[in-house]
Amino acid sequence: MHPAPSVIIFTTLSGLGFGLLVFLGLGLPPVTGWVAFVFFLIAYALAVGGLLASTFHLGHPERALKAFSQWRTSWLSREAWAAVAALVIMALYALGAVFFDTRISALGWLGAGLSFATVITTAMIYTQIKAVPRWHQALTPLHLSTASLAGGALLAGQITIAQILLFLAGIIQIAHWLRGDQRFGEAGQSIASATGLGSPGRIRAFEAPHTGTNYLLREMVHVVGRKHAQRLRLIALGLGFALPLGLIMIPGASHGLGGLAVLSHILGMLASRWLFFAQAEHVVGLYYGARG
Amino acid sequence: MTSLPETTQRKLGLVIDLDTCVGCHACVIACKGWNTENYGAPLSDQDPYGAAPSGTFLNRVHSYEITPPHGQAQLVHFPKSCLHCEDAPCVTVCPTGASYKRSEDGIVLVNESDCIGCGLCAWACPYGAREMDPTAKVMKKCTLCVDRIYNENLPEEDRTPACVRTCPAGARHFGDLGDPDSDVSQLVAARGGFDLMPDLGTKPVNKYLPPRPKDQWEETDILAPFLEPVAESPQGFLGWLDRALERL
Ligand code: SF4
Ligand code: SF4
Repeated sequence: MHPAPSVIIFTTLSGLGFGLLVFLGLGLPPVTGWVAFVFFLIAYALAVGGLLASTFHLGHPERALKAFSQWRTSWLSREAWAAVAALVIMALYALGAVFFDTRISALGWLGAGLSFATVITTAMIYTQIKAVPRWHQALTPLHLSTASLAGGALLAGQITIAQILLFLAGIIQIAHWLRGDQRFGEAGQSIASATGLGSPGRIRAFEAPHTGTNYLLREMVHVVGRKHAQRLRLIALGLGFALPLGLIMIPGASHGLGGLAVLSHILGMLASRWLFFAQAEHVVGLYYGARG
Repeated sequence: MTSLPETTQRKLGLVIDLDTCVGCHACVIACKGWNTENYGAPLSDQDPYGAAPSGTFLNRVHSYEITPPHGQAQLVHFPKSCLHCEDAPCVTVCPTGASYKRSEDGIVLVNESDCIGCGLCAWACPYGAREMDPTAKVMKKCTLCVDRIYNENLPEEDRTPACVRTCPAGARHFGDLGDPDSDVSQLVAARGGFDLMPDLGTKPVNKYLPPRPKDQWEETDILAPFLEPVAESPQGFLGWLDRALERL
């Protein structure tokens, strides 16, 4: 799939932002006043910034409100609801914490739940797509949500929780890659099932329908990004999980090191998200002779 | 509404005969023409006369080469457009309700004025049947020529999808696949029509008819035994030449 920069930035930043909101809602750390203001500012900048980046991906952003209408069937619509609900509830909670020095815990928990739900709905948008077998697996929501929570814990300065979550998220990241590598084969689709013309090997794509490229090839049969995949996996793992974990394990780690850990995590997650798209193969490629 | 109808009264769709299709792409052009001049946003082209032309099409013809274990290789032309799936994943993912499946005839359509151009439906379709138009920035797909098939302003023989109407080989058939007695259903039954990627659970309405097995060389060659070469070695001038050359 085409690794569109707007979508990569959106999923990375908003994942981080909503992850941070989960922890702020739970009162970890129990901030009020100016400190709370800064924390919420960061969380909202990331979450809302990510959402805005995602609208750049739309052909008609001016009609975005219509996306709230189909929550009965559409995960994208559910994501829109969850995101707005989370942002509104957390804004009320932040209002109390910043200006009135009171944290209404019930509101915080509700906001934390909704923020987590937002991350899950985002993950389900990808998980539901059967035509992309790498995404269509149970580990996808687990991977995206643990990554978001690990980043959130890191930003919230919850060192112990962040250590556990970074470790867990790293393991799940590896598992998601390894399972993902097998998924296309497991989905059992081939040029033979795509065309109904008998066993593979017997059939070969002879001529494409068009001499130039087209929307389908650009959007779904994107292969350029798959180069250097192994190296990028190491970078994603190293910067996204291992290095931040190492940095926050240093006893008495300063704010500077914490900041470095966050920066490294973000860079690593950008690499991970790039791979999430670039390595995802859509079955439509079979019609063009991808995978023999 | 992006909830799929439980059942549809009719299942209008296409039956495509892979045996008869000659790969002329006339259906591609007829489709592009009709759907650019009529309903909805036109199907745009980018850089049509330049170095890297590209455009939006609702119907495309692939070509495949089949090499059977015995006999000769065969070229199969393979037109592909929206299959108007009964369990259409493209519809349920749509956040705006722009994509929908009609309960009266099962046609899957996009209401372009509601489409935000998120592209999710094109991801969800396993068959590559949806294309986002880069100029109009809305999702385009086969409408089964909904503006022809019910159009009383057209002569009756034209009330069929443009691709079907134009196909010079008669490789495309249009009808109600929900009615077991319809011509198209009979054709599917007689010729062993099949679904594309049936395991994905989309339940396509459109069906494909397999290419018929080609004649084998052995079978056509019934006169060969009577036509064995009479002379094994060349006679006359050629024979002399042969011998002379050999002696050299
Ligand atoms: S072929 Fe694709 S676009 Fe058409 S109904 Fe099926 S899933 Fe939807
Ligand atoms: S591109 Fe348009 S029709 Fe397709 S899912 Fe998005 S809003 Fe719906």
